[in-house]
Amino acid sequence: MSPAELPGLTITGLRECLRTRDVSPREVIEALRTRIEDVDPTIGAYLSIDFDAALKEAEKVDVDLPLGGVPIAIKDLINVRGQLCTCGSKILANYRAPYDATVVQKLRSAGAIPLGKTNMDEFAMGSSTENSAFKLTRNPWDISRVPGGSSGGSAAAVAADLAFGSLGTDTGGSVREPAAMCGVVGLKPTYGRVSRFGVTAFASSLDQVGPFAKTVRDCALLASAIAGVDPQDSTTLPADVPDYSRNLDVDLTRVRIGVPKEYLIGEALDEHVRTAINAAVEKLQSLGVEIVMLSLPHTEYAIATYYIIATAEASANLARFDGVRYGQRAENAHDIFEHYTRTRGEGLGAEVKRRVILGTYVLSSGYYDAYYARAQKVRELIRGDFANAFEKVDAIVSPTTPDIAFKFGERSADPLKMYLADIFTNAANLTGICGISVPCGFAQVEDRQLPIGLQLLGKALDEQRILQIAHAYEQATDWHKIAAPLSARR
Amino acid sequence: MDVEYVARLARIGLTSEENALFQKQLGQVLRYIDKLKEADISGVESSAHAVPMFNVLREDEPRPGLTVEEALSNAPRQANNLFIVPKVVE
Repeated sequence: MSPAELPGLTITGLRECLRTRDVSPREVIEALRTRIEDVDPTIGAYLSIDFDAALKEAEKVDVDLPLGGVPIAIKDLINVRGQLCTCGSKILANYRAPYDATVVQKLRSAGAIPLGKTNMDEFAMGSSTENSAFKLTRNPWDISRVPGGSSGGSAAAVAADLAFGSLGTDTGGSVREPAAMCGVVGLKPTYGRVSRFGVTAFASSLDQVGPFAKTVRDCALLASAIAGVDPQDSTTLPADVPDYSRNLDVDLTRVRIGVPKEYLIGEALDEHVRTAINAAVEKLQSLGVEIVMLSLPHTEYAIATYYIIATAEASANLARFDGVRYGQRAENAHDIFEHYTRTRGEGLGAEVKRRVILGTYVLSSGYYDAYYARAQKVRELIRGDFANAFEKVDAIVSPTTPDIAFKFGERSADPLKMYLADIFTNAANLTGICGISVPCGFAQVEDRQLPIGLQLLGKALDEQRILQIAHAYEQATDWHKIAAPLSARR
Repeated sequence: MDVEYVARLARIGLTSEENALFQKQLGQVLRYIDKLKEADISGVESSAHAVPMFNVLREDEPRPGLTVEEALSNAPRQANNLFIVPKVVE
């Protein structure tokens, strides 16, 4: 295997080379470094990379561990000790993490080497990574288009073979949406499946860390490595973590998958996406799956509910950025009020300001009952919809996004339009269930192929099931074998 | 919504351009989320959380934490093991 070919491997393939001592962890890091230095100036997936720290870790790593010697890219709101952790925000431009997040510790225990911090929408607020205070990340399938967001850097890094796998976070679709737009696999685990300790909070009742990978098997490997109860996060679930990758090949006959009639949203759904999803559903049927039409009657309220709860929680979580203990401070303020307003006014970007203001408003005296309290009740109704559905089916299928990757600037002036694209993803966060996006075809646009994602939603703690279905679908199709023009596999 | 007033509550300073832009954009968002007023929520208990877990406790034992130097390492200003802030009382 030549160094130039190495970055094109899957984690599973790389593991084989490392275990047989075909390549050393050091050679892997060096090969990736060459590729990143070559290609990332075009893509912009990374905000910072400490190669020296990674090379040091590579010297002492045990390659016989489940992820021994595999470098993994980390979204820049997950703390990696000693490294910058900007959250995509100017206010944290110089922030260095004093400790490791639990997911980073767990990756290290499994033998993985954290390598590089990936670009993102500021504080994970956005669907295109255009809200990063630092730079644009370009879609490896068409560099005039966004990679999706908010974990756009993590998704683009994997699609362009600048990473073998990566971690992102998903609060309303921020793993699944960029996975779909970049043509890779992305998993949002069940709320509480993965620790949030050391992950900068956006909306604490919705946030969850999830992996990106080139295949479902790789995604399963990463999911097993990061999942599990954590004494540092009291919302983690005390349930055993299976080795998801060992139990992927199963027969799908007698598996029942639901198609929600509310998700057939007519003209709001891109024609390419509709065609690809219909074909994917037929493919699943040909694998023995029984397709069941069902109803999620409160779907029309999901986005409104989400944007009330997410912004309310964000307004509280982001109060910590006050220029006192960390982050940038506006100097020479005349009083404490000016200290706060200037620090936050100068340090936070437009989308973050909009959301904190909206969140403050829906929690404020006189409006709390009309917005926040009501949204919490509607959240319960939406949860009921899914509980009813999962009595009839094992999983729910839908597009991941109503549209393909769009061009830079196309939606940034219209926040509401950006929010409406979360229609298929944010119910999973509101209800705490798990979801995965897997490539299911391409749209041919302006002589470019643009990836389309298939979403599978599963019951709480039923990651194994959706991974099995996604794996069976992937193995029955060739989508994962088609690599982006800017990947190492072309 | 009076954006200027709410931004003060949130301790966010806005330029007059931001103020006007957000007034328009958040107005659109609020009109959209007003949709929730149609939902029938009679008899529904509210949920703050998707996971049915309550009162999760662990042993109250000392564990390693950050050193003073680590805790202060990202401070905008520090001296004598303290965070230094602007004077707030005359």
